[in-house]
Parts: sequence; structure tokens; C-alpha cells
Amino acid sequence: MFDSTFDAVVPLLCVILAALAAMGAEAFRARGERMPIGGLGIVGLAGAGVSSVLLWNRNAASFGVILADNFGLFVTLVLVVVGVLTIMFSSQVVRRDALPAGEYYALVLFAIAGMIMMATANDLLVIFLALEILSVAVYVLTGIRRDDQRATEAAFKYFLLGAFSSAFFLYGIAFTYGVAGSTRLDRVGAYLAAQSMSDSPLILMALALLLVGFAFKISAVPFHMWTPDAYEGAPAIVTGFMSTGVKAAAFAAFARVFLSAFEPFSADWAPIVWIIAALTMILGTVVGVAQSNLKRMLAYSSIAHGGYLLVGLVAANEVGKAAILFYLLAYAVTNLAAFGVIALLGSRDRGNDELRDYAGLWHTRPALAALMTVCLLSLGGLPPTVGFIGKWYIFSAAVSAGYYGLAIIGVLTSVVSVFFYLRVVVMMYMAEREVAAAMPPRVTGVSMAALAFAIFVIVYLGVMPTQVLDLASASIATIF
Amino acid sequence: MIPLSDYLIVSAILFAIGTAGVFLRRNLITILLSVEIMLNAVNLTFVAFGRYLGSVDGQIIVFFVMTVAAAEAAVGLAIVIALFRHRESLNPEAFTALKW
Amino acid sequence: MLALVPLFPLLGFVINAALGRRLPKTVSGSVASAVMVASFVVSVMIVLELAAMPADQRAIEQTVYTWIASGDFVLDLTFRVDPLAAVMILVVTGIGALIHIYSTAYMHDESVGEYARYFSYLNLFAAFMLVLVLGANFLVLFVGWEGVGLCSYLLIGFWFRKRSAADAGKKAFVVNRIGDYAFILGMLFLFARFGTLDFRQLASTVAAMPPEEGVFGALSIASLLLFIGATGKSAQIPLYTWLPDAMEGPTPVSALIHAATMVTAGVYMIGRNAVLFSHAPETMMIVAVVGALTAVMAGTIGLVQNDIKRVLAYSTVSQLGLMFLAMGVGAFGAGIFHLYTHAFFKALLFLGSGAVIHALHGEQDIRQMGGLRRYLPITYWTFLIGSLAIAGVPFLSGFFSKDEILYETFHGGHTLLWLIAAVASLLTAVYMFRLVFLTFHGDGPHAVGVTSHDVGATSPRVGATPNDVGATSHGLGAAPHLHDAPPAMALVLIVLAVGSVLAGYVGIPHALGGHNALATWLAPSFVPVGGEIAGEAAAEETALELTLMGVSSLIALAGIALAAFVWLTRRALAAAIALRYPTLYRLLLNKYYVDEIYDAAVVRPIQALSQEGLWRGFDVKVVDGAVNGTGAIVDASATLLRRLQTGSVRAYAGSLFIGVVVILGYYLWR
Repeated sequence: MFDSTFDAVVPLLCVILAALAAMGAEAFRARGERMPIGGLGIVGLAGAGVSSVLLWNRNAASFGVILADNFGLFVTLVLVVVGVLTIMFSSQVVRRDALPAGEYYALVLFAIAGMIMMATANDLLVIFLALEILSVAVYVLTGIRRDDQRATEAAFKYFLLGAFSSAFFLYGIAFTYGVAGSTRLDRVGAYLAAQSMSDSPLILMALALLLVGFAFKISAVPFHMWTPDAYEGAPAIVTGFMSTGVKAAAFAAFARVFLSAFEPFSADWAPIVWIIAALTMILGTVVGVAQSNLKRMLAYSSIAHGGYLLVGLVAANEVGKAAILFYLLAYAVTNLAAFGVIALLGSRDRGNDELRDYAGLWHTRPALAALMTVCLLSLGGLPPTVGFIGKWYIFSAAVSAGYYGLAIIGVLTSVVSVFFYLRVVVMMYMAEREVAAAMPPRVTGVSMAALAFAIFVIVYLGVMPTQVLDLASASIATIF
Repeated sequence: MIPLSDYLIVSAILFAIGTAGVFLRRNLITILLSVEIMLNAVNLTFVAFGRYLGSVDGQIIVFFVMTVAAAEAAVGLAIVIALFRHRESLNPEAFTALKW
Repeated sequence: MLALVPLFPLLGFVINAALGRRLPKTVSGSVASAVMVASFVVSVMIVLELAAMPADQRAIEQTVYTWIASGDFVLDLTFRVDPLAAVMILVVTGIGALIHIYSTAYMHDESVGEYARYFSYLNLFAAFMLVLVLGANFLVLFVGWEGVGLCSYLLIGFWFRKRSAADAGKKAFVVNRIGDYAFILGMLFLFARFGTLDFRQLASTVAAMPPEEGVFGALSIASLLLFIGATGKSAQIPLYTWLPDAMEGPTPVSALIHAATMVTAGVYMIGRNAVLFSHAPETMMIVAVVGALTAVMAGTIGLVQNDIKRVLAYSTVSQLGLMFLAMGVGAFGAGIFHLYTHAFFKALLFLGSGAVIHALHGEQDIRQMGGLRRYLPITYWTFLIGSLAIAGVPFLSGFFSKDEILYETFHGGHTLLWLIAAVASLLTAVYMFRLVFLTFHGDGPHAVGVTSHDVGATSPRVGATPNDVGATSHGLGAAPHLHDAPPAMALVLIVLAVGSVLAGYVGIPHALGGHNALATWLAPSFVPVGGEIAGEAAAEETALELTLMGVSSLIALAGIALAAFVWLTRRALAAAIALRYPTLYRLLLNKYYVDEIYDAAVVRPIQALSQEGLWRGFDVKVVDGAVNGTGAIVDASATLLRRLQTGSVRAYAGSLFIGVVVILGYYLWR
């Protein structure tokens, strides 16, 4: 490797270089020339993946603010998977919707760079910068179809509320800086640990405002209002990308800040997170029941899944340790695959994302219907899928930490949530194809390979979760 | 010598003005400006704390924040323009196609 | 070796799901049946191996691999067969294989794709059920538990073009999910409390604790939660409503769900955790009471149903109630014994009713039947044997198992519960023979004027709707062309009839000179490993057992006689006379004054109670209301909450701001 100071940023650099290359390629592209820009991105992501594996167990740190500990690297690997799958699904969507390929892939890659930075950042200011890098890229991705009014509206809502919440987050950083004299997480943690449960209003305000910033990004209630609108309006594949990548990165930073630096104050934040988690699970599930648009339904479902992740955060005990990261991976792969199917079924003029568009899909696209079924069963937490293992771990962590209330709410909402997942399955298998409905477009090999890979992961981790669980458990140990 | 608390109170008031502007004003551009006011209120807090703590960190952070604010404003304005092309309106209430 | 048992049906599922559309019907049907037979053969070999071991060490384990391991929590994907599981795998694979074979003929009119889809679901269902039975810990059992729930949903809704079928499938799933909710909580609770989910370890740990007499402690809570899960799966009060509706699926599916699989899962689960349950006497009492009440309630409802499959469905609910009663009074062996004999005769009855429906091209209303005895001899005789067995007529399989439950209940000092169970047995005999007489005896559907006086026939449906009229004329006109079950179906019926007669002989009670082989065989499964196996029945109780046996035989025969009197004699007389001499009929009507009194004094109240009270009132209003009510609350709150999502970005910012204020407020002013 290079000079040891740079070690920790190698994965990040790989992705940023790929993003710059994508921009450059677009700039030098002759009119009408087709370039494998997506492939460029995959190469960059592969580099990030390989370098993360090489950095494993080395606890490399760069400039004191980027920390390639196993926790960060695990999330980085999850993000690499998210990125690769997104690009593979996108290849078909970009061509179909005539999106500007260079811009699109560059934005995806910059967003992933921001996410990786967020997951490995060891400084509140770097977390803020990473948050903004990924947010700005995702705002643009949301509205990348400028001709589509709904997409533009979604982008605007997401942007405005995102900027609004960023301001709160930044204000929280300012208070932390003021109290602790630094934005570095290790120093903040050391300072707070030395304080004996001070009731300094400034530190509590910092805590509250940081909480709000993270809660917004993982769309926890009541900071979730943007989520359904943004998810419904954005192109399906972008929704898949932001519902998994952004949430994973934000959750990683959330866990790092609250479980390491603010750990001494867990008695202060745990009750609040408890309530937010409960509200999030309930609202996501209950409102999800009433949706007839698949994207919107999955938006509420991903709100609910954010709630389950928060349960893992509250119950951060021995069992819960592994649960958080494992659930993050489980959710990311499953949700992205589900949105991938939606994206592949759309056409340029029509999203085909209403529930009724799925009537009788089994008869026209049996493979897609079967793959979608696996995704939905995994989201619903039915065995033997990865979703089941993830939920089992989260809830048993909650029970063994004594949070019976959260476990009861969590199991109840996940039982209820199966209804709306199953509604889609019913539509696919047990309804007649509407005669007027257009035949869904053909699916390219690349996209199908991505789907097959995702399904393989879902089933494999449902059947053989041990290795990854161990890995997850060992990884999060680095921040405890 | 002006005490730290005065700076903090001023920036808090500034932040509150910005916050109120976001959900009270009915013009997209004004709303964007309100967000900028919020960010600048935070900048003031940073500078005040930096001065109080005797470290330059606070002032350096402000440069980062200003850069971020500029990037955000650029994207924000671009989105507003795209939005305006669809509806010829800058009233946020005109854009409620996505709901429920 | 053990893993092969569920793997065979799984293989069948994969083949039929992947290639089914391209395979001819005979191939996909044969594949599906062959894998079940293969699985049965393997099961038999395993059980033989098991039988060769010394009684207290009978267990074969196979750890396929370590499923979940993190920290000190290790959970293997382990299959374990012990005497209890041995009985279950034989039932599931044996009866399951027969039902598959039967289905090849029954579903023959479906298109190639549908045929393959049907068999793939059926195989998957059997595979999950076998996982459920063989699982050595709760999580593996739960995989099967959820799997059968999902497959039952697919199978019941198989004819999704029929709206009622799709609704019934949905209802089955909804009700099952309510049970699952409690079940998951129970599992989590046990896991948090004991740190293990392995049945054997759990049993050993629990055995070391004192029973929770008179207190409602951790064991009681956990077992109660598990029992609520069982009520969902095994259709007990209050979660039984899905089972009668589940009749909307193809008939062999009903047979599979009712006889061999799914509904027995709850009974099995309690048997599997016998040690846990016996350490929670409070829960046991609840189990016994719920079981007894369900048995009687379902029996009375069964009396007034006119759909052939619905009568059988309520009969299943009632019989399951008896099994739960047995579990609740601690007679685990008796409960499993009844589960095992019930599998034979209930499969037989369902498949027999399938043959009737098949012959009548879909007619299911028993008032439109009658006199079928002449046209469907094989179906008639086998159906009769099944009915005799379920009614508890001496020396058929149902007699032995039901008698053991009654004896154990009485012997355990639960006289009141015994009385309730005895009433349930009486009802069983009555409604089963009402079914037999109305379907197979008499002159056929043209005696409508008479049937309207029947107990079950006063509902407004008699010949009123165009559907019924069509069906009636069909039944009549086509009568000479009625054909008995085709060979594949007939064969299965005969095999099951033989089974219904003989299955009970593995458990001949001591009082009759046998040595209750099944109870001895099962006993090690209900105690912790190395625990003391309960002693055998003492000799001086033989007299009591013989007396009770006599009583229950009398009950069965009395029930049949009552049914014969009401639906056979009176019907035959009335039918003939009413048609030929309408005036005399009125005179004879006065002669039937006794009947009128009987009708008014006995039948009407029962009818009123069961039809209006239990069926309409309790069933439809209370239980359905609760299920629908929960749905309605979710729906209403969903509608309300989504209105908050106004689409206005300023409102969203407001919500965000309120969140900030609330959190800050909490911190600053707490």
C-alpha cells in the first residue's frame, strides 16, 4: 500500500477516482458514442471492496478523521454491494429512460463516496461533509428526470427538508464543539466520559440536535415526512439506492456517534430513541397497509425497517451487537432487489408501480415474480430468508436487554406488515392479468445477474448466516 | 467584552428566524434563503465558540460550512428552476402531487 | 438420512415449480406422488431403526449444519426423530402420499400449468410440515410452522378466481398470523429466559424447576403464549374460524390440512413441549378447558351445516378440541393417539366427500344429495367405515383413542370436563350420521318438501337460488350417469378405510388385555432425557376403565340411533307419504306430534343455540368481528394517519420542527 497515513482513505479514493473518471468520460464522449461508464464504476467499487478486505483488522486511520476500523469497513462493504447492484440495475434503466449516463453514474459514485466517508468518519465535521456530499448527489439523482414533474417535486421536497435538517444537525455539531472543544469523536467521547452525567443544557441540546439530524436521514418518525413523497417520485432504482445506501451510511454514523462518543449519555438518549423506534415501526406499518402504489408502500415499509434498526441501537447488548450490522446488510440487499424488480418492470412513460400493475405477473414474467416473492418474504421476515434471521436477532436482543415493550411492538408490526407484502404476492399469483396492461419489457442479462445475486444472498444468509453474523459481531466490537 | 452567551443568544435568535421562515414563507426562493440564514446562524455559533475556546478550529469549520452552503444553494436553485418550468409557480403549496 | 425425509418433497416442489409447465400431467403427478412415497419409505426405515434401540434412548439426530452461531449462542439446523416425531412422520408421509395419489385423479380437469402449480404447492406443504415435525429446536420448528401457514394460504386460495376461495385463503393467513404473533413472543421469551431453544435442553432445564402450582410465573406465560400460537394453527377457540372457510380449497387439500398436517401442528407442539406444559398447571387447565369447549361448540355447529365439507370441517375442530383436552389433562399419549387415528378417518372422510363432489360435479349441499349409496358403492362403504370410526363405535380405531381421552380425563379427576367431552362424542356420532344418511340414504334430492322439515334444512337456501336449482336438476338428471371414484381415488379410499379400522390396534388398552403399545412407545418423548417414565396403569382401575368404555360405546351407538331415527326413518316415511297422499300427510303430521314436541323441545333450542347463537352470533359476530375489527382499526388509523401526509412541504417542515421542539423540551424541562 501507500504511505500509511493514506491507508484508511484508499477505498474512498477508489470510488472518487471512478466518479471523476465517469465525469471525464462523459465530457470527452463523442455524440452518440456508447461508453461502458457503468463498468468504470464497477471497477472503482471493486477496488474499494478489495482494499477494504485488505485493510481488515488493521484499524488504519488517516489524518485522525477517517478511521478504517472493522465497523467502518463492514459498512463500506455493504455500500460496495449496494453500489454494484445499483449500477447493474441502472444499466437497463439508463438506456430505457435515456438518462445522461455520465452524469448519472458519476452522481451515484459520488453519493457512494459520501456514504463510505460517512461510515468511516471519526469527526463530526467530516460526518457533516460526507452527509452533504451524499445528499447533494442524491437530491440531483431524485430529480434526474427533469421532464417528470413528480420526480422534480420529489427532489425539491427532499432537498428542502434535507437542507433544513442539516442545519439542525450542524447546530448540534456547533454545540458539541463548544462544550467539548473538538469535533473529533474520540476527544468528544473522552471529554463526555470524564463528565459525570452533567446536566449541562448545551450538551443535551447537542445530543438532541444530532439525534434529529440522524433521525431525518434514516427517516424515523416524526422526521419521516419526506420519505414517502421522495421515494414515490424518484425513479425506482434511485429510490432503491437511497432507501438502502443512504440509510446504511446514516445509520452507521448514527451508531458510531451514539454508541461510542455519546455512550456515557445513553441513559439520556435511550428513552427518546425508544419512543422514536416504537413510533417509526407503528407508523411505517400501519400507513403502509393503506397504500396502493408499490413504491410508496415500500417507502413506508422502509420507514418501518428503520424502526427495527433503532430497536437494535437501543438494545445494544451482546446479542444486539451483531444484530445491527447484520440487519443493515439484510435490509440493504433485500430492499434494493425489490426496488430493482420495480425498476425493471417500468417503461419510459409509465412506472408500472401501481399494485394493480402486478396482477398476474406470474403468468407473464414468472422469474421476476418468483424473485420478487423472495424479496417480499424476506422483508416480511419469514423464514428461511435473511430477513427472518435479522429480525430474530433484533428482537431477541431487545428481549434479553429487557426492552419487552419494543419487542412486543416490533413483532406485532412485523406480523402486520406481512399483510401488505403478501398483497403484492397475491396480486402476482392470484389475479388475472389485465388484458389492457402492456407486456413488461425484456430484462437484460446484467440486471438479471444482479437480481440473481441479490436473491442468492437473501437465501444464503437465511440458511447460512453464521459467518456473516460473526463478522458483523466482530466488526461492531471495534466501536464499543 | 461581550460574553459568549450574548453571541449564542443572537445566533439562536437568527436560527429561529431562519426556521420560522422555512415553514411560514410562501415563496420557494425565500425558503431557500431562510435555510441559508439558519446555516449562517450556526456559523456565528462556531466562530463564537472558537474565539471563546481560543482555537482556530471554529473559524476553519465555517469555511467548510460556507462551501457546503454554496453547493447546496446551487443544487437547490437548479431544482427550483426545474420546478418552476413545470408549473410557472414559486408557491410551495402548488406542488402537492405526491401525498398520502 | 433424516434430512432426506423433508428433502424428497422439496425436490418434488423444485421439479414441479421449475419444469411443471413443460411436463405432461401424468409426469408431474407421478413425480409429486413418488417423492412422497420415497419419503414414506425412508420414514419407515428410520422408525424401524428407532424401534431397534432400547426404549429410553430412542432418538436419532442429524445436525445438517450450524445454522446460527454468534457469541455463545449456537443454533444448529438439527433434525431429531424420537418416538413422538416417528409417529408424526409416518402420519405425514403416509397419509400425505395417499392424498397425493388421490389428487392425481381428482385434479385431472385442471390445465397442465395449474396441475403442476397444485402439486408443487402440495409438495412444498408436505416438506414444511416434515421440517416442523423433525425440527429439534423451536427455530427449526418455526420455519416449518410459518411454511405450512404460507402454503395453506396458497392452497386454500388455489382457485383464486373464486372470490370466496381467495378470501378464505386470506382469512386463514390472517388468523394464523395472530397465533404466530403470540408464538414468536413465546419463543423470544423462552430464549431470553433460558438461553436455548433446543427442545431437549429446554425440557431438562424446566424439569429441574418446581411446577408453578397456583402461580402464574414465567413458565406459565411462555406456555400460554405458545398455546395461543397453537390455537391459531390448530383451529381452537377463539382462532378457529379460518378452518371451516378453508373448505374453499380443492378437497384433497382440505384432507391434507385437516388430517395429516397443519392443524395437528399445535397438538404436536404441545406434545413436544410436554415437560414445559406440565410444569405450568395453570396453562394446562386453560388448554383443557379451551379444548373441551371447542369440542362441544364445534359439534353443535356441525349439526346444522348443510355443506358436506363444512360438516367435516367443524368435526375436525371438534376432534382437535378433544386432542387439546387430552393434552390439557396431561394425557399427552392419548392426545397423540387420537391425532394419529383421526388422521386416518378424517382423511378418509374428506377424500370420500371429494369423491361425492367429484361425482356430482361440484355439488356440496347435502340437501341436494341423497340415495347416493346405489351409485357410489365404494365411496359409500368407505365413508360409512370412516363415520363409524369417528363416532367411536367399538373396535374401530376412533373408539380406542377417544376412549383413552375420556378415561384419562375422568381418571384425572376432571369430571365436568369428562361430561363435556362425552357430550361432544355424542354430537360427533349424531352429526356424522346425519351426514351419512342425508348423503347416501333416502331417495335423492326430489324429496325437497320433506327435507325442509329437517333439522339442518330450515335455512333459507332450500332450492331457492338458481345455483341450487341447477345443481338439483343436475343431480337428478345425471343420476344414472353418476360414476364412482376412479381407480386411483378408490384405491386410496380403501386403503384408508382399512387403516381406519385397524389403526387403533396399536393402542389396545390394558383393560381389554392389550398393552397399549403406542402409549409405551410415546412415553419417553414426554419426559426429559433420562427422566423417569411414568408408570403404567394400575390393575384395580381396570373396572373403571371398562365401565367408561361401556359408557362411551353406548354414547356412540345412541348417537347413531338418534341420527337414524331423525334423518333415516322419519325421512323415509315422510318422503313416501307426503308425495303420494298429501292429505294423509297432514294427518300423519299429527301423528308426528311427538316429533313436533321433539322438534320444539330439543331440536329447535339446539338449532337456535347453535345456528343463531353459536354459528351466527358467536362465530360471525364475535370472532369474525374481532378479526375484522382489528383489520378495521388498522385500516381506519392508516387512512387517518396518511391524511397527515398532505403533500405540503411546509407542513412536513412543521412536523420536523415539532419533533425538534418536543425532544429539546424533554431534555430542558424534564
